[in-house]
Amino acid sequence: MQPVISIKNLSKTYASGFQALKSVDLDIRPGEIFALLGPNGAGKTTLINIVCGIVNASTGTVTIDGHDHIRDYRAARALIGLVPQELHTDAFETVWATTSLSRGLFGKPRSPAYIEKVLKELSLFDKKDSQIITLSGGMKRRVLIAKALSHEPRILFLDEPTAGVDVELRKDMWDVVRALRAAGVTIILTTHYIEEAEQMADRVGVINNGELILVEEKAELMRKLGRKQLTLQLQGRIERVPEKLALYRLELSPEGNALTYTYDTRSERTGITTLLRDLGEAGIRFSDLQTKQSSLEEIFVSLVKEGA
Amino acid sequence: MNYRAVMTIYGSEMARWRRTIMQSVISPVLSTSLYFVVFGSAIGSRITDIEGVSYGAFIVPGLIMLTLLTQSTMNASFGIYFPRFVGTIFEILSAPVSAFEIVLGYVGAAATKSVVLGLIILATAGLFVPLRIAHPVWMLAFLLMTAATFSLFGFIIGLWADSFEKLQVIPLLILTPLTFLGGSFYSISVLPPAWQTITLFNPVVYLVSGFRWSFYDIADVSVGVSLAMTLFFLVACLAIVWWMFRTGYRLKK
Ligand SMILES: Nc1ncnc2c1ncn2[C@@H]1O[C@H](COP(=O)(O)OP(=O)(O)OP(=O)(O)O)[C@@H](O)[C@H]1O
Ligand SMILES: [Mg+2]
Repeated sequence: MQPVISIKNLSKTYASGFQALKSVDLDIRPGEIFALLGPNGAGKTTLINIVCGIVNASTGTVTIDGHDHIRDYRAARALIGLVPQELHTDAFETVWATTSLSRGLFGKPRSPAYIEKVLKELSLFDKKDSQIITLSGGMKRRVLIAKALSHEPRILFLDEPTAGVDVELRKDMWDVVRALRAAGVTIILTTHYIEEAEQMADRVGVINNGELILVEEKAELMRKLGRKQLTLQLQGRIERVPEKLALYRLELSPEGNALTYTYDTRSERTGITTLLRDLGEAGIRFSDLQTKQSSLEEIFVSLVKEGA
Repeated sequence: MNYRAVMTIYGSEMARWRRTIMQSVISPVLSTSLYFVVFGSAIGSRITDIEGVSYGAFIVPGLIMLTLLTQSTMNASFGIYFPRFVGTIFEILSAPVSAFEIVLGYVGAAATKSVVLGLIILATAGLFVPLRIAHPVWMLAFLLMTAATFSLFGFIIGLWADSFEKLQVIPLLILTPLTFLGGSFYSISVLPPAWQTITLFNPVVYLVSGFRWSFYDIADVSVGVSLAMTLFFLVACLAIVWWMFRTGYRLKK
């Protein structure tokens, strides 16, 4: 399938001399939700801002649906909606005016009906005549989303859309994102709430120190790097793990009443059977047990640590 | 051409102006009226006519120019500085609009505002002194060209400034002195010859002289030179703006 965004050899060195991006190559597929993860300062916003025309690249090319984002900027940008990370809003404008303004800037004919629909989906319609300065941070964030959607983009960049948004509204927001995806909109998002990426994304990219260190199908990533943990709740307390069980690399909880065994779901033998048998022989009895799949967050943290 | 974007920028700039219309209009009208009271009536009555024009009437074109220059510069510089300052410029930069369309929207709005103010001041002046406009078409042409030029100039300042101080300093420290020394309130022929030569380096001389000619048929420099110089400043400002956008100067990191 032809990628909808094609990024080649993209580097950015800021005027300060700091290299924020190091030769990034990335293809975004049409209709997918792509989550860009990375610690603070990794270069996520820089990457997004270059694609959207706000920051100049030092090297490399970006093609949006076949249009070079510099030479053919009109066609390229017309397809893109951007929700920036910072809450940049025109404080004295009303919600309605600022949303309509975005639509006008993108050259779309006025459509009060469409603006109304967008504002309603984002639960902003009852605030439509309020000045933005009177809104809370989470509402401002949604105003920015409304502005980005006002011109019916086919590609949507969400740079930390849920920062400062409460749980209830976050759910609404993701409903909007799912609906957009169902309508064929390609979505690229960054977030520090990794469980969101885990729930929402089709593919995940991890960026660290300006380098894209991994791009993977989310499901594949979870499977490949997925470690599982078995936690055994002990009937009594033990001082330390018996010597005989050393090869299992068990972790004893500080209270001495739980043991954790980490195993790899990919291996043929997980070692659980022998572990349980050996525990019985060592006279350790347990009252309960549970298993847990490692989350994307844990995968992410271990990846970034490895990279450092 | 993304006309809708131009009209959107223009419309939102004009809307911002309308929200503060009272301050925007009252303060220039008030200060102009004060000039007429002080210079036109109080002092002017003791000054002899200049080439057959009463002093009060003589200063009208200069006063309008003073307002036009400062208002165009301030409006346009603030118009583009503000979105840079609060960060909303991201939207302009990521929209499918060309540099020309952005400039047209911002500068067009700033120029419209100052032309409206200029006409209001002209009408105010009519209440104090008998007005005569020998070449109304040229008068309007000079008005429009000057408003456009100095709105472009203001746009450049608004792109260049990285603090509110810098934004204020240019109109205050450069424009006002240039206007006062540029023959707004006197004919430069009253100056000693050496000063006359120096004054010719002041661009405002050409604007005021041409503008005054369109009123009273009297001029410090020939009207052709005035026109050429006005056009030259217009083109120079356009060139600088074009360069700024081409290089992303102070707009893109
Ligand atoms: N204008 C600038 N001049 C110099 N360095 C900059 C500039 N903007 C960003 N940087 C640097 O580039 C790096 C990447 O910044 P960027 O904003 O892209 O990170 P990020 O991944 O979005 O981080 P966060 O998760 O905090 O939003 C950071 O080290 C930052 O300090
Ligand atoms: Mg960021």
